[in-house]
Amino acid sequence: METKPRLLTILDTVTVIMLLLATAMVFFYAPMEATMGQVQRVFYFHVAAGWVGMVSFLVAAISGVAYLITSDHKWDTAGLSAVEIGIAFAFINIVTGSIWARPIWNTWWTWDPRLTTATVMELIYLAYLMLRSGIEDPDRRARFGAVYAIVGFVSVPLTFFSARLFRTIHPVVIGSNDPGAEGTFDMTTRMLQTFLFSLLTFTFIFADLLWHRIRIGRLADRVEQLRLKTMQ
Amino acid sequence: MFLLQQGPAETSAYMIAGYAVIFGIMLVYLISLHVRRRSLRQDLEMLQDLEEKEQ
Repeated sequence: METKPRLLTILDTVTVIMLLLATAMVFFYAPMEATMGQVQRVFYFHVAAGWVGMVSFLVAAISGVAYLITSDHKWDTAGLSAVEIGIAFAFINIVTGSIWARPIWNTWWTWDPRLTTATVMELIYLAYLMLRSGIEDPDRRARFGAVYAIVGFVSVPLTFFSARLFRTIHPVVIGSNDPGAEGTFDMTTRMLQTFLFSLLTFTFIFADLLWHRIRIGRLADRVEQLRLKTMQ
Repeated sequence: MFLLQQGPAETSAYMIAGYAVIFGIMLVYLISLHVRRRSLRQDLEMLQDLEEKEQ
């Protein structure tokens, strides 16, 4: 039985401590925004979750390229793991955005360019899982998955830049806002520190979850190999 | 929306809902990882036992 690496245990501990600290900063260190009130605090983890979603899909695309070059299945496992985490965090990003929008935009949802591209991105990666589940041959599944993760990655920069390229009501954190954006606010030093620490914390959460998920992927491969061996 | 408003809007319920979603989804994902790992370990042990019996 594979034992848990010491470094992973350390990463688990550091990640939990960072999450507790980030949560404390969000609620007790960052000041309340003057107009929006308490709901603005959702912003810190909303953006951080979106960041993890996009980084995950980038890792999946890189793993896809690595798989196509090497044909090593560890890259397929890494790509699948990254996509799974990306879907979960992109979903958090979309749902929390909708909750924030209700009191700020007076609607749960609007087909704004940023919201639309983020939803399309999420659906593209859900389709990745569906595509994989429909292919039985592991090599073919890995090859198709790799190509899909690379092509699907087009949706990521499109989502990121949508609030900068198109007319939108979605606020932009870094860079200039569309004059029509609603819910914009000036970040104080404490808000900026909380925001940056939340981004760092979620990056650690991503690394930690990815490691755990890859280990499960490897375990699943071993089980599959053993099952095939006993069936022969 | 906030043109005639004085002071911050009362939006605490939305904040609570937002963080409930964030921690809820993360918790569900962690549980799913744990369940999958445990089930795979059980499968592995069973298959290893079968393999030993066959030899």
